[in-house]
Amino acid sequence: MAATQEEIVEGLAEIVNEIAGIPVEDVEVGKSFTDDLDVDSLSMVEVVVAAEERFDVKIPDEDVKNLKTVGDAADYILKHQG
Amino acid sequence: MSPTNRTVVVTGIGATTPLGGDSASTWEGLLAGRSGVKPLEGERFAELPVRIAAQAAVDPGEVLPRPLARKLDRSAQFALIAAREAWADAGYTAPAGTVASAADAAGASVVPERLGTVIASGIGGVTTLLDQYDVLKEKGVRRVSPHTVPMLMPNGPSANVGLEVNARAGVHTPVSACASGAEAIGYAVEMIRTGRADVVVAGGTEAAIHPLPIAAFANMMAMSKNNEDPTGASRPYDKGRDGFVLGEGAGVVVLESAEHAAARGARVYCEVLGQGLSADSHHIAQPEPTGRGVAAAVQNLLDNTGLDPAELVHLNAHATSTPQGDTAELKALRQVLGDDLDHIAISATKSMTGHLLGGAGGIETVATVLALYHRIAPPTINVHELDDDIDADIVRGEPRKLPVDGPISAINNSFGFGGHNVTLAFRTV
Repeated sequence: MAATQEEIVEGLAEIVNEIAGIPVEDVEVGKSFTDDLDVDSLSMVEVVVAAEERFDVKIPDEDVKNLKTVGDAADYILKHQG
Repeated sequence: MSPTNRTVVVTGIGATTPLGGDSASTWEGLLAGRSGVKPLEGERFAELPVRIAAQAAVDPGEVLPRPLARKLDRSAQFALIAAREAWADAGYTAPAGTVASAADAAGASVVPERLGTVIASGIGGVTTLLDQYDVLKEKGVRRVSPHTVPMLMPNGPSANVGLEVNARAGVHTPVSACASGAEAIGYAVEMIRTGRADVVVAGGTEAAIHPLPIAAFANMMAMSKNNEDPTGASRPYDKGRDGFVLGEGAGVVVLESAEHAAARGARVYCEVLGQGLSADSHHIAQPEPTGRGVAAAVQNLLDNTGLDPAELVHLNAHATSTPQGDTAELKALRQVLGDDLDHIAISATKSMTGHLLGGAGGIETVATVLALYHRIAPPTINVHELDDDIDADIVRGEPRKLPVDGPISAINNSFGFGGHNVTLAFRTV
């Protein structure tokens, strides 16, 4: 069953917590991965791979650069999840 | 004073070793004659001919925050922990260029452009490489960590410590197998001597306790197979010695020009007189049996530093507990030092820590510096029956007090596969 927007944001928060150590409650839709959440370009690859597994979605490398905020990623996953 | 003969001093020390998670607990373990060697538990070690090692007393995962630890190879984790201790021990409260206290504002810190790091390992991020190959085979291309390259590169520990302290004068990693840590410290001394830097964080680290390196070293017939008696297995100079025991951890020192240390009122442990270097050009992995290369390194040390053999009272020997290497080292010292070898208290601390490969020069420099500072030589344990070929004063069983009056000096030897010989000399201030 497809995840809701809310479930996706919750999932992303858990992933960002695991990778960057940011508290889950600080991972909000408006936050930038690199500027606000201490996710550098290498760690962003980890976030993407973890999100792909969790939400059964493929995020091609060329699309990753458009995922600036948690909201961008959640919208992308909502639209493309299997 | 010309920049090529500036005096270099040690102002900070840090370590994380099989005996303790910092330099104080390591030193306490060394003086107590405690072995850090334990059985290797787990199925992945079960089929190996060697199932013992000296694992770090404190797992770095318990010290570093998880998001940081997962981006660092274990060798870089050890280096960072030891470097943080050394940096704080030297009296620095923040990265270079940061004003974190009144003392920093008053000029007690160091300019980033005058700060370097030289931290080395023997074989780099070998466990990262092997673990990620397992990921590739078992989980596929996509799951290979994007951090793999910065984690496995041998310069990773030096670079990560450089980022931590904001070092911009240069970040280096000389690689010479088990001499790497000592060579790093020698390189750091030259950086200060030649005027490239005022302060350098230097040392050695290693994290290679994994079935593959153990199988490979064991197949070279280099390791002790004394699985029944882990704490008694590393036994330099003992008749029954049968090879080294692998250890892991890091030892780091903060080196500083004497002027820089004096200007900020830093506590000085000792002076670094300098280094002697040579190469065997004999065999890729066997020690040269007459000790020719080791003798040349020690002769270089005497020729090129202010080391007075009469003041030399302590040696932290390379002595890994291999049948050939331990005796060849002492023969070479006798050749160069003659009767002066008789007033040198010799400690083989690998009897307690195991052999940290590229980390050895780091932790043994910390041990040598503390031996001079406290004027006491740690023991060599497990010497039940001294090898007949040994004609030197081995500190056995109990620590030994060093002369309490006047200046005293000590040397620390490290040799590596490839025929690398490094000897470092230190003197009380």
